[in-house]
Amino acid sequence: MRAATSWELQSMLAPFVERQQPVEILGSGSKSRIGRPMQTAASISTASMHGIWMYEPTELVMSAHAGTPLAQVEAELAGHNQMLAFEPSDIGPACGGRRGTQTIGSVFATNSSGSRRITVGAARDHLLGIEAVSGRAELFRSGGRVMKNVTGVDLCRGLSGSWGTLAVLTEVTFKVLPAPEKTATLVYLGLPDDIGVELMCAAMRLPFEVSGTAHLPQSVAGRLETAVLAEQGQSITALRLENFEKSVDYRSNAMQAALKVYGDPIILGSTTSLEFWNELRRLSILPYDADTCLWRISTTPMKGPKVVAAIRRHMPTEVYYDWSGGLIWVEVAASADAGASDIRRAVAVHGGHATLIRADPAVRSSVEVFQPQSPLAERIVRGLKATFDPLRLLNPGRMYANL
Amino acid sequence: MSLRMPQPDQAMIARRAEIATALAKIAGPEAVIADEDGRRTFETDGLNAYRAMPLVVVLPKTTDEVAAVLRYCHGEKIKVVARGAGTSLCGGALPLEDAVVVGVSRMNKVLEIDYDNRFARVETGITNLAISAAVGAEGFFYAPDPSSQLACTLAGNLAMNSGGAHCLKYGVTTNNVLGMKVVLMDGEILDIGGPHLDAEGYDLLGLMVGSEGQFGMITEATVRIIKAAEGARPMMIGFPSSEAAGQCVSAIIASGIIPVAIEFMDKPAIEVCESFAKAGYPMDADALLIVEVEGSEDEINDLLGRIARIAEPFAPTTVQISSGPAQSAKIWKGRKSAFGAIGRISDYYCMDGTIPLSQLPLVLRRISEICASHKLKVANIFHAGDGNLHPLILYEANDPDQAERAELAGAEILTLCVEVGGCLTGEHGVGIEKRDLMTTQFSRTDLMLQMRIKTVFDPDWLLNPGKVFPLDMLTRSGIPNAA
Repeated sequence: MRAATSWELQSMLAPFVERQQPVEILGSGSKSRIGRPMQTAASISTASMHGIWMYEPTELVMSAHAGTPLAQVEAELAGHNQMLAFEPSDIGPACGGRRGTQTIGSVFATNSSGSRRITVGAARDHLLGIEAVSGRAELFRSGGRVMKNVTGVDLCRGLSGSWGTLAVLTEVTFKVLPAPEKTATLVYLGLPDDIGVELMCAAMRLPFEVSGTAHLPQSVAGRLETAVLAEQGQSITALRLENFEKSVDYRSNAMQAALKVYGDPIILGSTTSLEFWNELRRLSILPYDADTCLWRISTTPMKGPKVVAAIRRHMPTEVYYDWSGGLIWVEVAASADAGASDIRRAVAVHGGHATLIRADPAVRSSVEVFQPQSPLAERIVRGLKATFDPLRLLNPGRMYANL
Repeated sequence: MSLRMPQPDQAMIARRAEIATALAKIAGPEAVIADEDGRRTFETDGLNAYRAMPLVVVLPKTTDEVAAVLRYCHGEKIKVVARGAGTSLCGGALPLEDAVVVGVSRMNKVLEIDYDNRFARVETGITNLAISAAVGAEGFFYAPDPSSQLACTLAGNLAMNSGGAHCLKYGVTTNNVLGMKVVLMDGEILDIGGPHLDAEGYDLLGLMVGSEGQFGMITEATVRIIKAAEGARPMMIGFPSSEAAGQCVSAIIASGIIPVAIEFMDKPAIEVCESFAKAGYPMDADALLIVEVEGSEDEINDLLGRIARIAEPFAPTTVQISSGPAQSAKIWKGRKSAFGAIGRISDYYCMDGTIPLSQLPLVLRRISEICASHKLKVANIFHAGDGNLHPLILYEANDPDQAERAELAGAEILTLCVEVGGCLTGEHGVGIEKRDLMTTQFSRTDLMLQMRIKTVFDPDWLLNPGKVFPLDMLTRSGIPNAA
């Protein structure tokens, strides 16, 4: 079923509330293979609720119905030289979903952020206001259209990353930022993982607002479509600078001098830079493959290589590091538990959390897809679910088995 | 003034000595303040028109002590008001006569600093400025910078999701927190997030920040620290009208420049701040913008030059780039001490609404009309880049009639902010001050949901009662323990 307005969504949900039947909540459905498989009576999509209904470039703010395609939002922003600074990644295709179809609502519902997250914050940091329908089929609002707002409980962040398990977003208002005049990327070649991560962290300690840091070991770098990088046949460590042209030129030189000890980088200009960072956004270097599982690990940046080394003691992996080492995408061979116990143990030792992004439905039913929580956190999470969705109708069990 | 607080429980007040003894056993006798003179120090916060003597004050030294104190209070059904430095401008830390005040001021240690991974882990009784001071030698800083940063604690900043002048570029508190240790009312200790960039599961960090002491006490936090730019410099641009200044702000943002700060002052504010700080503010201007940019010397010159050119069509009366660190410091001193400077000439009531920038001319005109109709003067200072207004309504605190009119004018101004698409509070919080205005911004469903979330964290409604949610709504909500 497709609801075209928030009141229509409310009336669609109402009979399910009455009959206590669970419902799958979707945008375009590009990420529907992520999370635990669900048993639901029907699907309700927000994809027909589309349209940008407010855009004030001089106030850096836009409001859109939740089903508006992200592509439409970004095209509109590009027309005014602006952007979604947190660079949402297109994670669906890595799990067999359709490329480029995700909706703006799903971006916030999954708190999906790309490489620039390290400097400008995550999707949740850019969300200013929401309208949503709860599992009680009640319409509610939080936040607004202004940048600074501390009025009442912050449900904008409260619903970010809840994967449609608490409420269905029907409208989102978010902060946008000017697009940079120029982008340059410093690419260092042939560094092992630990030195690559050290370099990225060193770059973040410089006063130059590095807006993207990624390390791709040789085998993963070879998958790049950006020919000039794939052809190097070496690992690459990429540092991105974005600003007015004069600043980028100055900072690029100053960075090279400060990081001299790591070698001489290749410098990518704006066009190749955009091509490369867009590849990372699309996760096209981690294409769908039924023979492998994909994990997403969040950890303290400098501990990234240690987490990977600990996992590699148990299984072969292909990895790539973003967020100066703090975000690791880990590809492992498909197995009955997708390597969950060894991966979670490695993460437990070094801190952080791991999410199983791609695996067979059978595997996703049997292992914890999202990081298991402490009993106390679980108590709070259970209380929140009961507050928003007391009958457990919205995406039941998608994040946690009994919620 | 006129806001009603819940009726204190006389039976609880009668138990003061017994409660003080029990708390002394938990946190040590030196941590407990039960005598009248001692308690009086805590009877108000930054909204000092309201006062109430706390039942007992306790200042624990560790998270475990806080947990033990809350566990005891939970068992005895004693209400608790958490307190940082008591600088809240909305009565968020106002004590209640039948509630124990639990202060974090003795928990002010830096626990860990990690420059490679760019975080600091601190106890939340640390002052905002002390975090930046602790990492300053390496050229790092903690970004949110409320004007009270010398005194206010991180605990209070977290509770109120504080902003500041520089959050146009670096965000507010919620954007700069990675993890925290929260003591819930039943004494359980909840760890959320950590040094990694995104916390797992539901965004409990986001719910905790700005929860105004309603959900739990945050005793420890991991905050993001940022490498400071090579340099920063402000410029002053004077305008013949507030409209022109507002249009100039829009034009700067439309050009693709995001300055670290754009601050606005109207004529009354300029006059008072200039006489205090001698910063060289233009006295002939009707409105002043302070615009600060960052970068290397060349970058700063380039950006300030661009901004000066953008300002030209708006007929500025003054365009003056700071001559160096000494003048920069003076320019910011004038702005940051504006509240204090105005406080020297009059009592004032500080408002904190946020509006869409496009509504600025209308809102400024209506603010002067509203204040004139109540026969009061007003000075306007605000964070123009993000539309966060701070009208200061001047009044005589010893005159009950003026005090009441100031409160009425304030409520009208905040309602106006909501009507034009903004909100009641941009960075000070709801507290008691805007509690009864919440229904102008939220529907009953919205508020019921917020109150149910409060119940998840604090089922007995013992934490910071009488704040944030309208009292009559609590009674009618049907939520157990809320009323």
